[in-house]
Amino acid sequence: MATTTSEAAVPISGQTRRSRLAERGVDRTLLLLLPALVLLLAMFAYPFIYGLQLSLRPQEGGGLLANYRNFFSDAYEAGTIWKTLKLAIPATAVNVLASIPIAYFMRGPFRGKRLLTAILVVPVTLGTVLVAEGLLRYLGPRGWFNRTLIELGILSEPLRLVHNYWGVLFSLIITGFPFAFLLILSYMSGIDPTLERAAATLGAGPWQRFRRILLPLLAPGLATTAVLCFVLAFAVFPSASLVGQPSGSTRVLSIAAYHAAFEDYDYSMGSAIAMIMGGVELAVIGLLLFGRSRLYSGPSTGGKG
Amino acid sequence: MIGELRLAGVTRRFGDQAALDGLDLTIRGGEFIALLGPSGCGKTTALNCLAGLLPLSGGEIHLDGDRIDGLPPERRGFGMVFQNYALFPHLSVRRNVAFGLEMAGKPKQERAGKVDEVLDLVGLQPHAGKYPAQLSGGQQQRVAIARAVVMEPPLMLMDEPLSNLDAKLRLEMRTEIRRLHQQLDLTTVYVTHDQEEALSLADRLVLLRDGVVEQVGPPEELYPQPASAYVAGFMGYRNLLEMEVDVGASNGHVSVGAKGVKLRGTDRRDGTGTRVICAIRPEDLHPGEGPNAVEAKVVVVEYRGQEHAVEAVTEQGTALHLLTTDRLVPGDAVTLSADPERVLVFDAEGGGDGDDDV
Repeated sequence: MATTTSEAAVPISGQTRRSRLAERGVDRTLLLLLPALVLLLAMFAYPFIYGLQLSLRPQEGGGLLANYRNFFSDAYEAGTIWKTLKLAIPATAVNVLASIPIAYFMRGPFRGKRLLTAILVVPVTLGTVLVAEGLLRYLGPRGWFNRTLIELGILSEPLRLVHNYWGVLFSLIITGFPFAFLLILSYMSGIDPTLERAAATLGAGPWQRFRRILLPLLAPGLATTAVLCFVLAFAVFPSASLVGQPSGSTRVLSIAAYHAAFEDYDYSMGSAIAMIMGGVELAVIGLLLFGRSRLYSGPSTGGKG
Repeated sequence: MIGELRLAGVTRRFGDQAALDGLDLTIRGGEFIALLGPSGCGKTTALNCLAGLLPLSGGEIHLDGDRIDGLPPERRGFGMVFQNYALFPHLSVRRNVAFGLEMAGKPKQERAGKVDEVLDLVGLQPHAGKYPAQLSGGQQQRVAIARAVVMEPPLMLMDEPLSNLDAKLRLEMRTEIRRLHQQLDLTTVYVTHDQEEALSLADRLVLLRDGVVEQVGPPEELYPQPASAYVAGFMGYRNLLEMEVDVGASNGHVSVGAKGVKLRGTDRRDGTGTRVICAIRPEDLHPGEGPNAVEAKVVVVEYRGQEHAVEAVTEQGTALHLLTTDRLVPGDAVTLSADPERVLVFDAEGGGDGDDDV
């Protein structure tokens, strides 16, 4: 932000302390950061540190790391990590991958684009509870989906699609897709369409144009979208208990933490699970961002516009 | 090199608006054609139709007898230089230039050789490893040209390639484009709104107006012999005066006048219309007594190095532009005169019937 143009014009000795600081971008506009900083400390840093120290003081004693030891030595508890990942990773992958072709065909202007966008984005406004409710009715054993398939003679008995893994996965896809789609659409719209035209005049067919031009320029955006989708899906709680099987196949980390804190009244253990949740999340995000850093991430237009 | 590229009735409509309406043009191998006109005249539409980036609404395009207007751009193999260059930002200069050869499946050895050759040609070898964002505007332009040239395209299409460069660089690149054209014998179609660019580069100019050809011809023909007031406006006739015919034409000349200004000029009307446009170049209007004398008062004087660009206004408010080496100052009363041979009288409705196609 600091401009250096005036540096040569003003003799060093004549510079006030204020103007020297301003040269480095330190001036009163920095005060605008203050509210955000206070909020960050109060709402994030403090609870995090509080939770961390709580997790290191086990209710039953046994040393600093007793909670963590107990968690990882209990297969039922440790298994929740895998159960959560098994939901969050496919949900993220499906949402990101499904958004690419839809955004690809929707980036240009066409009639009814706003309506179609609205329909695709509506699930965001519904909230997880409403979506869960809908899924229970639609995909349940006596829901339209199964009844239709049975009437048509395709099935002889209803498919079990709710109160198990699939119900939660469907719910994560329905609520997560609008985020992925909107983000990817905006990344895709930021790519100069003349690049693909140029590639076409150089002999690249539709697939090559997508593979060689669009995809590399889109990749950083895909990584960012995947991070956000993953975070959303990883913290799944309402749908895991409403359309899942909260004591079995969809006993995810957040349910385990809730269970420890509010059913066993072991806040220390609950905090420890929350920390583990944060750690796993951080590891996956780190992996995605590491991948992103290895990709091209410069401008996505081809010269002066 | 191609024999000829023939456009017959090429039409492109957007909705019920014809952006390009029945373009007939035959381009010979090695020729440099400039499509000239103001924005919205259909010149870029014509280029995109040639490239295959826009499907035609009507008409045909033939390359050496083969009909090509149904082919997608990747199967026409025409080189194109875009106004904003459209360099691939994630690829180095070398990879940008090699892109087309890669798509054509040329072996690596051959690719490297050709890329080196073309990078030398445009003087970009030292920058081969850089990315487009690290280059200046002129260098990016060279990459865009190199990327198209390396394919040895049968036809090179250029869409206002110099419009994003500053004045000095524009002159340099103009010479560079002409040099490349001569060196490589590239058949080129060049779109521009700048008549100076078109005149200095092209073997033949195609002047478009509202999607229709107004006049086609070599610069040596269009510049001195514009077919209509519209073409004249593009060929440096800055004074376009709406007038009425005073006396009927006699031996090629006609007397016209309006607002107290009376002029005798060369008759370029199609018929005997009485509403006309009288076109005079600023360099053909001189201070001092002579034929076609007009009294006026100097209003604005711009310094132009060798000469001054002067705007003068007659008593009844007709503005006249002239170029002169005389030192005039605002407020001076001057008598202006012009050779009747250099005063062209056109029909007021825009003149030419637009059928001067080749």
